[in-house]
Amino acid sequence: MERIEAIKAIVEQLDDELIICNLGFPSRELYSIKDSPRHFYMLGSMGMASSIGLGLALSQKRKVIVLEGDGSILMNLGSLITIYAQSPKNLILIILDNGCYATTGSQCTYTLQVDLSELARGIGFQKIFKFEKTDEINMKKVLREGGPVIVHVKVEPGNANVPIIDISPEEIISRFMNEI
Amino acid sequence: MDSSKAIYKALKDNNINFIVSVPCVNLAKVLELIDSDKKIKHVPVTREEEGFGIAAGAYMAGKNTAILMQNSGLGNSINVLASLYKLYRIPILMIISHRGTKGEFMSAQIPMGEATPLLLEALNISYHVPSTPQEAYNDIKSAWKTAKEKMCPAAILLEVSFW
Repeated sequence: MERIEAIKAIVEQLDDELIICNLGFPSRELYSIKDSPRHFYMLGSMGMASSIGLGLALSQKRKVIVLEGDGSILMNLGSLITIYAQSPKNLILIILDNGCYATTGSQCTYTLQVDLSELARGIGFQKIFKFEKTDEINMKKVLREGGPVIVHVKVEPGNANVPIIDISPEEIISRFMNEI
Repeated sequence: MDSSKAIYKALKDNNINFIVSVPCVNLAKVLELIDSDKKIKHVPVTREEEGFGIAAGAYMAGKNTAILMQNSGLGNSINVLASLYKLYRIPILMIISHRGTKGEFMSAQIPMGEATPLLLEALNISYHVPSTPQEAYNDIKSAWKTAKEKMCPAAILLEVSFW
């Protein structure tokens, strides 16, 4: 499965959850599938998606879905420790793992050698779902669980041919905050 | 007024209710006061950059946020300050223990101590350098006002001689 297909399968099964989306092509792909004021599209600050999601989950009651990448979670692995220790019930961290830095030209990440689900298990997370490239992503099961939930989705490398996001950063954040 | 209590009182009087931190020995007493306050959500973090990310998410849900850290943590946070806080216009109060200033006993702190004000200036982040507890109380009020009105980070540098 390509990443855009995984994102599509996930958002089709969501209702009014808030989404924090990683920068680069993942945000562009989400924007091209479906735009919503409930989406916070990151445009910079690589590595911060899971942290923004944690702060948001700790500060209000709605479910927060983070669409994270393998390269970006590797940049901020301490975040997994803090999420586990703070243990927000309303946080679902989805790691779309294509084993590469797709936005910058598909250079390999170390997730070809390190299994992120096993890493999460080692930290102590209880709710871990892993979907292989050919698996159907069943979000109903994931959404029923109390968090924090880790969803590890293996996807093919590569980006979809989608346009850039033509909304300003100020508009992205102000409409998102109005939704909360 | 005691220096740590002045900072805690200023945080309270300005309704700061969500704090992330990486400890510094000079901030230890402030952190204790915050931990014993049930009205403030305190999230200790593994790295300052991560703390800025968490505080940004809390801000989006309406929290008044601050980070407590040593100035070494500013070096760990340059990109998030520019490409998250500046870009989306997110306010935060930065309470920074400024090591490597006059009276510093550890020479390893000097290089980052010297770079700290220059880094803040490069990021166009305004900062205050109070020398007494009363000044710190007033400066925190003024910095938070700037952060909220201009929707940007604002910093307080607490030098070694402040404590």
